[in-house]
Amino acid sequence: MPTFFENKQLVIPGDLLAEGEYFAGNNTYKEENKIYASRIGLAEYANKKVNIVALRAFYFPKEGDVVIGTVKEVGFSGWTINIKSPYTAILRASDVLSRSFKPQNDELSQVLTTGDLIVAKVASYDRFHDPQLTVGEPGLGKITKGQIMNMTPTKIPRVIGRQGSMISMIKNETGCQIILGLNGTILITGETPKNEELAMAAITKIEEESHTSGLTDRITKFLKEEKTKMEKK
Amino acid sequence: MKDKTIKLLNKKGLRLDGRKLDELRSVKLEVGILPNADGSAYVEHGKNKIIVGVFGPREMHPKHLQRADRMVLRCRYHMAPFSVPERKSPAPSRRENELSKVIRDSLLPSLFVENYPRTGVDLYIEVLQADGGTRCASITAASLALADAGLPMRDIVVACAAGKVNGKIALDLMDTEDKLGDADVPVAYMPNLNAITLLQMDGKLSTKEFEEAVKMAIEGCKKISNIQKEALQTKYKVIKQEEVEE
Repeated sequence: MPTFFENKQLVIPGDLLAEGEYFAGNNTYKEENKIYASRIGLAEYANKKVNIVALRAFYFPKEGDVVIGTVKEVGFSGWTINIKSPYTAILRASDVLSRSFKPQNDELSQVLTTGDLIVAKVASYDRFHDPQLTVGEPGLGKITKGQIMNMTPTKIPRVIGRQGSMISMIKNETGCQIILGLNGTILITGETPKNEELAMAAITKIEEESHTSGLTDRITKFLKEEKTKMEKK
Repeated sequence: MKDKTIKLLNKKGLRLDGRKLDELRSVKLEVGILPNADGSAYVEHGKNKIIVGVFGPREMHPKHLQRADRMVLRCRYHMAPFSVPERKSPAPSRRENELSKVIRDSLLPSLFVENYPRTGVDLYIEVLQADGGTRCASITAASLALADAGLPMRDIVVACAAGKVNGKIALDLMDTEDKLGDADVPVAYMPNLNAITLLQMDGKLSTKEFEEAVKMAIEGCKKISNIQKEALQTKYKVIKQEEVEE
């Protein structure tokens, strides 16, 4: 049962990765007991499972994902939200108002209007229906302050780090609140714009070097250096 | 009518541009050249120059073209007015509509259409300069552009043609050979799965000649496939090099 790649090797669609009793993980597929790559990315192998960390992908909605979206349209009984995926999401008015919604009493555009950014959770999604969002949990809802940045959705797990080590470190060092939308949008809110910029610089650095090892340590060092520079000024 | 006096092969058996019978034109491929598109590729195949842009997967509009059970691939093959010696009208012609369809069908088997219901992918192929074999060069580039857009694929499709000139089977015909030659057989191929996704023939060939032409075209496909892989990897190689340095 051989594998045909080295760890973290760059593979492209159609590359034969393994043959035999293996499981096809992310961005791979199995045909006649052979596992092939289906996206450009770095191949990994763990517990009989072949995985590819894609370098190019788009966000595909999944139930329970926290995403950051933009209000695209105010509808009759809810909003349509752009979550940077092949499907536009729906947010129902009754979910936001947390009471029954009567069109004659409520003006929806006063609650959320086109262009507003929201943090929401994917409440449901399947092949036949567009994803439905919910904001009925603490921490979700309209974004009122902070900065937004975008990155490839497949790199978000790297920003989170192992058991959240990376993200909690950045939060501690910069004193910023960071919300990672799994669709590749990130919200950063800090006490001063300088702190926010520092957090953004760290995240950009992670995106650029996402494939390297020992990244958490290097980012910690980077943040500490930048902080002393800021204090000197 | 066919001009029988024109010789497409010289005494040494070389072709008009000095190629051997089983020799490809030079192929240059580049990936990710259009920042505004989700995925893109550029190909120079001999004198052919073709640019491909991909958008999506995104919501399919108009809505009646959506399919409840699969992703829709929409493809437009277009030749620029200046792509041929005589100005070509920019309006889509019968030939262009047909090629759009043929290219779409040759790429579809490589995509997991059933995984993305109700979505659409738009593929725009712009021929800047044409010199025979544009459909093959388009397929080669389009498949790279789809991979660059981050679409999951079974394999990267590659295409190449073989034909018959002055009674001999030859690889990768250029425009004059195509027009004055006896036959042309374009083949699109998925090298890792060993599957043909497009097979056409115009002109006349015997069964034996046809088989020889297909075999030759597949050999050509394999050669182009290596160039294709390299082109796709170069775009992401920067990442690998950094890793080695550390």
